[in-house]
Amino acid sequence: MKFGILINEGPFTHQASDSAYRFAEAVLARGHEIYRVFFYNDGVYNCNKLSEPQSDDRNLVALWSKLGTENGIDLVVCIAAALRRGIKDEVVAEGFRISGLGQLVEAGIEADRLVVFGD
Amino acid sequence: MNSMLHLINKSPFERTALDSCLRVAKAGSSILLIEDGVYAALKNAAHAIKISTRMEDFSFYVLGPDVAARGLGDTPLIEGITVVDYEGFVDLVAEHEVTQSWL
Amino acid sequence: MEEWEESGPEVVKRFMYVNRRAPYGTIYALECLEVVLIAAAFDQDVSVVFLDDGVCQLKKNQDTTAIGMKNFSRTYGALDDYDVEKIYVEKESLEARGLTADDLVIPVEVIAADDLRDVMAQQDVVISS
Repeated sequence: MKFGILINEGPFTHQASDSAYRFAEAVLARGHEIYRVFFYNDGVYNCNKLSEPQSDDRNLVALWSKLGTENGIDLVVCIAAALRRGIKDEVVAEGFRISGLGQLVEAGIEADRLVVFGD
Repeated sequence: MNSMLHLINKSPFERTALDSCLRVAKAGSSILLIEDGVYAALKNAAHAIKISTRMEDFSFYVLGPDVAARGLGDTPLIEGITVVDYEGFVDLVAEHEVTQSWL
Repeated sequence: MEEWEESGPEVVKRFMYVNRRAPYGTIYALECLEVVLIAAAFDQDVSVVFLDDGVCQLKKNQDTTAIGMKNFSRTYGALDDYDVEKIYVEKESLEARGLTADDLVIPVEVIAADDLRDVMAQQDVVISS
């Protein structure tokens, strides 16, 4: 089964990205496919490679980047939400790409399930 | 009619997500409590009646890792709520045709 | 040959966008509206529902001059131009806030929770913000 995931919050203020990450790992562990992860609202901050959490804390930017590159998961950051928040190509971590909102709608069409994580 | 899984990630003490879900969700749906939503699953808490009186209408689940993280692993949960892990969460999403998050 | 025979049957899914938040206090209302306007271009079956504080997004007479934020309440009027015609407002939420359909910036279908329940259960994809 193909899963789509929408993340509406950044990596620190809310648990949303953590929950989505654990969920994504479990999707793969259960033998399903992740069609796309779409980052919207403050969720666009999940791709910011300039982010430096303390060394004893998890680093969600790095975790998503690794999960995406190792499993070929399409990690898409919304361009409209990103530009507003100063997220541009030069700060985007490996494995993420910036694209339009249409990618979210397309994920809804193409995936068998879409799960939203937010505040 | 599509079978639905409803996700509640808010404490019933702070937000109305659970109330709204219980008002609008169709009987026969499933409801999974995650993140701060797990506080709605506590047997001895003030909001327990909201769920305990609707056991006939809905199947209730709670995400175990979020229960444990909040120090509630040894706290009684409402009888009839099923504890699942993240893979169980995935299975619930797969088993229902649509998932709705009550953000 | 009919046009549809050339292009083949297209998958049309029922998308519902759920708004449960008031405007301005957070950005969710504005960014959800942006999604709906994009989604309208995809030839899918689009519904938008407003419940809880989400009904406040549609209140008439919004004036953001003194708070300096963009007043996007007029943009809801564009939904009709984009052929988004299924716009539902939950009756209970509206009444709880002392509002009626006359207080809203666009014509909507005011729907009781009992009926909204059936509309929601018919969707294929539910996007909340």
